[in-house]
Amino acid sequence: MAALTPTASAAPETAPRRAPGGAPARGRRRPRVWRGAVLALAGIYFVVPLLSSFVFTVHIPNQGFSFAAYTGILSADGFVRSLLLSLGLAAATIVLALLLAVPALVAVRLGAPRLRPVVEIVCMMPLVVPPIALVTGLTTVLRWGPDHLSRTPLYQTFLAVQNESFPVILVLAYTVLALPFVYRSLDAGLRAIDVPTLVEAARNCGASRLQVLWRVILPNLRSSLAGASFLTLALVLGEYTIASLLGFRPFAVWIVSVSGAEARMSVAVSLLSLLITWALLLALSRAGTRAVAATPAPPAPSVPGKE
Amino acid sequence: MTAAPTTKPAEKPAESPAAGPARKRPGASRVWLGALPLLVFAGVCFGLPVGALLYGALTRDDPATGATAVTGEHLQRSLQGPYLTSLVGSVQLSALTAVIGTLLGVLIAQAVVTARGGALRNAVLTASGVLANFGGIPLAFAFVATLGISGVVTRLGRLDSLGWNLYSFTGLAVIYLYFLVPLMVLVIIPALDGLRPQWREAAQNAGATSWQFWRHVGVPVLAPSLLGGFVLLFGSAFAAHATAAALVGGSVPLVTLKIADALSGNVLVGQENVALALSLDMIVIAGLVMAVYLPLQRRSSRWLH
Repeated sequence: MAALTPTASAAPETAPRRAPGGAPARGRRRPRVWRGAVLALAGIYFVVPLLSSFVFTVHIPNQGFSFAAYTGILSADGFVRSLLLSLGLAAATIVLALLLAVPALVAVRLGAPRLRPVVEIVCMMPLVVPPIALVTGLTTVLRWGPDHLSRTPLYQTFLAVQNESFPVILVLAYTVLALPFVYRSLDAGLRAIDVPTLVEAARNCGASRLQVLWRVILPNLRSSLAGASFLTLALVLGEYTIASLLGFRPFAVWIVSVSGAEARMSVAVSLLSLLITWALLLALSRAGTRAVAATPAPPAPSVPGKE
Repeated sequence: MTAAPTTKPAEKPAESPAAGPARKRPGASRVWLGALPLLVFAGVCFGLPVGALLYGALTRDDPATGATAVTGEHLQRSLQGPYLTSLVGSVQLSALTAVIGTLLGVLIAQAVVTARGGALRNAVLTASGVLANFGGIPLAFAFVATLGISGVVTRLGRLDSLGWNLYSFTGLAVIYLYFLVPLMVLVIIPALDGLRPQWREAAQNAGATSWQFWRHVGVPVLAPSLLGGFVLLFGSAFAAHATAAALVGGSVPLVTLKIADALSGNVLVGQENVALALSLDMIVIAGLVMAVYLPLQRRSSRWLH
């Protein structure tokens, strides 16, 4: 945001100078037409699918309008279960990712600067491995359970992480996928505060290490924590590849499974999930001025999570 | 497993200089322990699967003797016949959509940057942030409703009589652009902001035309960001699976679909290792992409911030 301010304040000053400088009449009008056309076309391209989706869900050709696709969602078989599963997985993933990443990033800033590139590389590595490649690796590892470990206590662990009602294995996989998002968001937040000085000041005032983390560092990171959590939530709610290939049935997998019999409902649910995501992002960007600056950050790390 | 051992040498020397003269805190030497859970987790949950993938892709178990031998056989097979076709198809689709996405993204971003309304800018940024993350299943179904066989636009425009087919290479490209263009807008807006108006003024005062300004100043300064954005888009499209899986099934050859098929046992038994080898191929390509992207991103930030 700091980089924008001078440019923005410089713009009005340079604007009048540019017009008399170049081709006067044409130079002023042409960009405006061009700009309008580009934005209008882009707007149409991005709005039409959303509008058509809505029309598709409420209008049946030759039959007229009906909101049955929406009213039927709640009572649809499996909807509540799969949504709750996804939300539970998301909550667990957020907690685990933050529990792992926050201490690591703070530690790296406090006393182990040489560890910094290591932590960065470890957090960024999942960008290089597409989710589908991660899941092939995971299935290979999971197959060791029945193949080689059936007589050891480890086998029970293998079964437990694949528990149908709450598959821990998905939480682990999603945490891996979320690490790049979480790292970038927290790193940006930590860059804005002077961690060593804050910690020293708090320690001199007699705070314990946990108090420092809880009462000094975390409140300063509130907006990046919110950003990281939101991105993780969006990632887990939309994740399909890993869950479907490991044979579990959270939200995204449910939408696909219902699409064959209830095409309208699957579109309706898709549309709702977009609107919910949108609302969450807006709430996040309103939450604090620093969060607004962080909003452009989401998409960049979304490389691998994209499905 | 790959991550954990490499950190060992780094941890030890890190202790002493960290606790060094300027900041002496009691117990500072043990501060690196905070990073340990993360490193262990990454080793087990990321290193182990990737290691297993590498191992499976590069070895073969002899069913008779049970012995394991290193072999390039699976990799070789993953680069032949239908597997090669799927790899090429994925690369083609990703390259095409990344080129178009880059061009359109830059056009839109430039239109937003040169417009003076803060509201427009915020609206585009927010919308891009949402749309860039709008991949996967919901996107596929939104397009089925729009341009699918009985989609609203297909019926209104009678597109099917024109030969339109959503469940094809072109259809997938149209869908991918829906999240790639916003992604490019988000990546390139900071770079376009970084083009100082003063540079343009300087160029104009020196008698340069608009074309000359872009040719000698604008594009060279933007080049790392542009290439970085292109590569990011490529990687994003290349790794995409859910959209294609929900939509086309097997009608477009894509490497992610082939891997999913092999994993879920839709093909002959014994193809798992080829799936692993295909995954390895993907990791190599995605690794190359990131190897180009990260240095570029660093380079562009040197100029533009």
